[in-house]
Amino acid sequence: MISEEVHIAKELIPILEKVSDPEIPVLSILEMGVVRTAVINDNVVEVQITPTYSGCPAMDVIGDDIQAALKREGYQSTVELVLSPAWTTDWITVKGRKALEDYGIAAPLNASADKEALLEGKRIVKCTQCGSTNTQLVSQFGSTACKAMFQCEDCKEPFDYFKCLK
Amino acid sequence: MKDTLYQYILGIADNCLILGQRLGELCGHGPSLETDIACTNISLDLLGQTRSYYQYAAKAKGGNATEDNIAFLRKEREYVNVLLVEQPNTDFAYTIARQFLFDVYHLLFLNELQSSTDMTLAAIAKKAIKEVSYHERFSSDWIKRLGDGTKESHDKMQKAINDLWTYTDELFHQTLADEAMIIAGIGVETSKLREAYDQQVTDILTEATIAIPDTKWFQKGGKKGIHTEHMGYLLNDLQYMQRTYPNMEW
Repeated sequence: MISEEVHIAKELIPILEKVSDPEIPVLSILEMGVVRTAVINDNVVEVQITPTYSGCPAMDVIGDDIQAALKREGYQSTVELVLSPAWTTDWITVKGRKALEDYGIAAPLNASADKEALLEGKRIVKCTQCGSTNTQLVSQFGSTACKAMFQCEDCKEPFDYFKCLK
Repeated sequence: MKDTLYQYILGIADNCLILGQRLGELCGHGPSLETDIACTNISLDLLGQTRSYYQYAAKAKGGNATEDNIAFLRKEREYVNVLLVEQPNTDFAYTIARQFLFDVYHLLFLNELQSSTDMTLAAIAKKAIKEVSYHERFSSDWIKRLGDGTKESHDKMQKAINDLWTYTDELFHQTLADEAMIIAGIGVETSKLREAYDQQVTDILTEATIAIPDTKWFQKGGKKGIHTEHMGYLLNDLQYMQRTYPNMEW
């Protein structure tokens, strides 16, 4: 089990920054908060990653991509999947939220507001096209496990919303 | 002890696998795009949880056990899921009723499992409960929408609840593995969840204008590996590739 603290060796940051979630290519796994530890032990990099959702099929690919990226820089590595503490949308960095918005996926505002948007039907999610908050939840389940579907009532565009896990 | 732990994990995980498989059958067949995606998303969550449990079960079992051979290479009698989750998708009312009757239980169960003294099971529960709260929300909403909808949707939902109600009692039966794990501080005392379950289910069904069946007779057997006829057909689908091409990998 690991703590909520993230431990990533400085020299590994530029390498891991280049690895992204295959479903959301604009977002590096570091900005997503998926990497919990990455330390160098006897020239072998030990990485721990945590899934956003239990069934996230991207995790296997992310694991392989991490190993490939490290290998290109001359590191052997091991990748371990850890479940505790469970990932939350709070771990997406500020830069990550911005990248999501630019890509057309509305980012979670904050944990409590997020629940209100998805469960209480409050209109607080901003349309990624026109910025209006006159938006409506279409489905709590979207194109991937981590997204919900919304539609803007003003510009009528549908968009994804990165669903809160708290 | 290891073998009891293995059996205990299967008792949790097989429910997730079999319900996940049932929901997966709806891929491309849901009544609308949104519900199709929702059902398959829920299926994916359940299969993800199943993988976490089976990986742990494989460790407890030792030897050549892997998550894959636990999932694909057991015989019907070795699956210990409750009968409820293997019931077919008959129509959307059945799919939702089955989901709802399981979700309410699942949420109560995971809430307790979070404080298991077994760190791995507690970690899986903490992860899964966040996902399952969305499942329960989805199924309760549809129970209300169909129950309190048109006459036809109401009648269909009432029929589904009447038929599936007979499988709910089994959720709270404790197996020998359950009892051993409860004593060890690892397992959840499911018999104690009954009251909260009945209350929550009654609240939602009442809001949905659905009558609570007054059945006094309940089906059981799944937890002992004695399944309904549907299970064989389900496993035939689930295991087909591994039985036809043993040890195949993607």
